[in-house]
Amino acid sequence: MRIVHTVVNLHPVRASTWVMAAGTALKEINMATADEIAAEEFSRVVERHRPQIFRFLLSSTRDLDLAETLTQECFLKAHRNWGSFRGESSAMTWLMRIAINLQKDHWRNRRMQFWKTTRTNSVDLDEASEWLPSGESSAEQQLLAKERVKQVWQSVKGLSERQRTVFLLRYVEEQELSEIAEATGLSEGTVKAHLSRAVARVRLELGGKR
Amino acid sequence: MSWTDKKKENGNTPLEQPVLRAVDATDEEFEATLKDFRNSVHAWSGAAMSRPRTVKTEIRHRSWRLAAGWALGCVLVAGGVSGGLLEQHHRQDLVRIAAAQKAAAEQKQLEEQQEKAKVSDEVLLAEVDSDVSRDVPSAMEPLAQLMVDDGTK
Repeated sequence: MRIVHTVVNLHPVRASTWVMAAGTALKEINMATADEIAAEEFSRVVERHRPQIFRFLLSSTRDLDLAETLTQECFLKAHRNWGSFRGESSAMTWLMRIAINLQKDHWRNRRMQFWKTTRTNSVDLDEASEWLPSGESSAEQQLLAKERVKQVWQSVKGLSERQRTVFLLRYVEEQELSEIAEATGLSEGTVKAHLSRAVARVRLELGGKR
Repeated sequence: MSWTDKKKENGNTPLEQPVLRAVDATDEEFEATLKDFRNSVHAWSGAAMSRPRTVKTEIRHRSWRLAAGWALGCVLVAGGVSGGLLEQHHRQDLVRIAAAQKAAAEQKQLEEQQEKAKVSDEVLLAEVDSDVSRDVPSAMEPLAQLMVDDGTK
């Protein structure tokens, strides 16, 4: 600013041009800074929410490669639309909504591409239920827990797409009903209905096999 | 008290309570199972996130596809080129045949014209002969008859 003042005192006409140029330069600097801030903010969001998005997609698809691909696509899409994110919902809810839509699109496209092989890379239920933290329980308890987890996987596999999404968001991601409603685009009442049906089915299958 | 006033602390209406009870009314064992399930998914996801990335199968898959794509592309290009050449050859043959047919037709037409011209010449000569014969003077008529009778000219 001091430089600008000096220029104004020296030559008024040339000084006005320089002031304008300085203003444009300042605006450019400000825009560059805003972009940098947005980029930093977005990388923080990725760092913070990537594990959750990946976990949800992994539990939905039981396919490591697919979950990774969809997670990448989710953040790519989020990055493209980061400017339009107004913060009306939390970043996590917004990202989860993108992830759910991507997953839906994936299955829809797969159904449409009937000439493609229908084989998926989903791991079998035994493998999925292997991952249980040992904790302090005995080997027998561990075995029982694994068996029960396998049964839950089996039940989840049999749920409809919507029921499965709601169930996983509630019991794996521990989201509130309002958050689930926002992420899925359903009303809270519908979420409750899907959740209750899903839980009833899982309970029934668990109870039946006990 | 209105229906909305009956909302509980958690914001749910009395009509929604049974649904929530159905959802949340979990016995200890079921709750423990869900907890195990959650822990299992978290552990699996955590391990998957930190696993070393192996893309060998994917690369092989892609390279196979790439090779198949190239092969198919080559076949298509070769087919296109040979098809084009065949088509060109076929067209040249057609042009040659058409030219030969045209030449034959022209030759035939020429011959017909020549034939026609020949016939017309003969007719003309005959007409001339007959005209000439009629032009014999009447004074020479007896002599002409004699020449015919004698067989001399």
